[in-house]
Amino acid sequence: MTTIRVAHLYPDYLNIYADRGNMAVLRRRAEWRGHELEITGLGMADSIVAGAHDLFYIGGGQDREQLLVAADLSSKAEPLIAAVEEGCALLAVCGGYQLLGRRYRGFHGEEMPGVGLLPLETVAGEGRLIGNVLLECEVEPGLRRTLAGFENHAGRTLLDPRARPLGRVVCGYGNDGESGWEGCRLKGAVGTYLHGPLLPRNPWLADWLLARALAHRSGGEPTALEPLLDELEAGAHAVSAGRAQAGGGAAAVRRWPRRARPAGS
Amino acid sequence: MHLRLPLVVDIAGAKVVAALSRLAGAGGGTTVPGKLLCKLDPGAIDRLAAALPAGAAVVSATNGKTTTTAIAAEILRGRARLAHNRAGSNLLSGVASTLLTSRGAELGLFEVDEAALPEVVRRVRPRAISLGNLFRDQLDRYGELELVADRWRRAVAALPAATRIVVNADDPQVGDLAHGRETASTFGLDDPRLARSGLQHAADSKYCVRCGTPYDYAAAYVGHLGDYRCPACGHARPKLDVAARAIELDGLDRVVFDFVTADGSRRVDLGLPGLYNVYNALAAGTLAQALGASLDEIAAGLGRFTAAFGRFERIPVGSKGLLLLLIKNPAGANEVVRTLVEGGAPRLAVVALNDGIADGRDVSWIWDVDFEPLFEGLERLVVSGDRATELALRAKYAGFDTQAIEVVPDLARAVDRGLELTPEGGELVVLPTYTAMLGLQRLVTQRGLVRPYWERAA
Repeated sequence: MTTIRVAHLYPDYLNIYADRGNMAVLRRRAEWRGHELEITGLGMADSIVAGAHDLFYIGGGQDREQLLVAADLSSKAEPLIAAVEEGCALLAVCGGYQLLGRRYRGFHGEEMPGVGLLPLETVAGEGRLIGNVLLECEVEPGLRRTLAGFENHAGRTLLDPRARPLGRVVCGYGNDGESGWEGCRLKGAVGTYLHGPLLPRNPWLADWLLARALAHRSGGEPTALEPLLDELEAGAHAVSAGRAQAGGGAAAVRRWPRRARPAGS
Repeated sequence: MHLRLPLVVDIAGAKVVAALSRLAGAGGGTTVPGKLLCKLDPGAIDRLAAALPAGAAVVSATNGKTTTTAIAAEILRGRARLAHNRAGSNLLSGVASTLLTSRGAELGLFEVDEAALPEVVRRVRPRAISLGNLFRDQLDRYGELELVADRWRRAVAALPAATRIVVNADDPQVGDLAHGRETASTFGLDDPRLARSGLQHAADSKYCVRCGTPYDYAAAYVGHLGDYRCPACGHARPKLDVAARAIELDGLDRVVFDFVTADGSRRVDLGLPGLYNVYNALAAGTLAQALGASLDEIAAGLGRFTAAFGRFERIPVGSKGLLLLLIKNPAGANEVVRTLVEGGAPRLAVVALNDGIADGRDVSWIWDVDFEPLFEGLERLVVSGDRATELALRAKYAGFDTQAIEVVPDLARAVDRGLELTPEGGELVVLPTYTAMLGLQRLVTQRGLVRPYWERAA
């Protein structure tokens, strides 16, 4: 049995899209393989200790909560970047994803510093990108798998030319609604707009993150985890993917009246 | 281009459409005439509302607006003939339909969707407005909570000074709307015995509205509703004009409490369960008071009230029964779960999740609901609706035995399966989202178990 040490960043602030569903999936899927998850919440005053964690999680929030945490998170940039560099796994969703880039400009023009871990920038735009999404990913060479989720963001994320997206948008908007790409991946770090939450209906990504975290803990290379019976997960994935294919995001662009623009995450 | 038709022509036409809509089987037809009226003559709503001799009152909240409005109607119906959108059509078109079909009404009483509130208030010009709470709900439709709060702030700021504002002081964002308004009335709970040990997972407005520091809670009752104070700048719950004290929760049947005002207090026996319904009763009672009702009228109305459409409904099915409890967002569903479990945890439940526009197309909210106390007592769970498998995963990753989960997406089959598993004389607990609840209503109507809601509403 291995204890996987998880740092959950700002659980009190960034939790808007059912982020605890992602945590529950990581915990149970580790337990069903005989491992254990030790989850530590890291808040404003807490520092990231080198080597103390195997997996990081950052959830979504509204502009208001993002403003409250942005400066603190960017002050943690150095140890966070070092952790990913030395093989830790990381999942950041929506607001957390945006703050891992170099900068985020919120809907009312608020400039927020980013961590600079992922090679991207985000600027909130007109109209929220809302709807079901389906991605095709090739996280392991030659193995194409899909991710199904829901997106709801005003931010338009632009990847640097050298950046690697998480996947290709099959249906929905993705990073900016135009490029055809969604998310960003760097070593064991994954940033994405997909919630739903993401991991329950996409268990392969949960297992990919767990395998990396286990390898970090034990000092070896990531190896495939023992397969589980994922019938319910496959069923939920199929329904969610079907929703995206049946209209998904593209039919659902929200144009708000000028006087009543949403604050955007 | 809009024609300004004589009002009488609009109304006749719109009523014909409502009747046709029902004949065509499109449900209650409760918004169709209003939509037509809005198209034919956009200014008609303003004129119809202005013609109400006793004016109008408006109720909004994320949770409890249908129940609050129905309780207020029960209190006020002896004082005035009401135009009340009882069937829950709460957008501008629903208000318009109600105005059209309520001939001879003296007082308008309207529940209004949170996002529609600014426009309805601008058009209807109410005498009084009750604002209950703001929780995260249908983020795919409303955008973020802050946006709705901001719209409310601007709508309230634009109201004439004479408009009576009734706010829930226990919700920081809503309570703050009373700030600086002399005619505002505040209500809240004052019974720390019933406070939760801490803020729930899904608590929303937990940071100071002035300075962003997390509030200290002397008592948290429902979600982020409670007695709060900011340790940094001192922003705190406003003084309560109306309070509920000495609250006794009595399972699924009732709750008894003291309705305390500056004019005195009355012991109220409310035939609804749960703390959240105490909030609804306070909102309705305080609104009725602002409209001139006496304390005795309020207490009598609260005592007479029985549940609003679909919110908490018992339907006999042969020798068994259905207990329907609507779930639609984390804060509301948490209270349903808490009330159910405190009333004797069920061993079997049907939970139905749809992702229609009225439910919210984004189903992630079910992961923010504290279903765990319900799951702990269940021997079997039947999940239903278009997103039944998502519910199955919610239970699986809560540690619920997958062998005890039955996935039955079809609502009618799920209810039949649930009833089959229910012992003679027993009651089947069904927790549907909004459109699933409408589906259930159709089902029980088709089977002749209850009258359709538009007939009951008449």
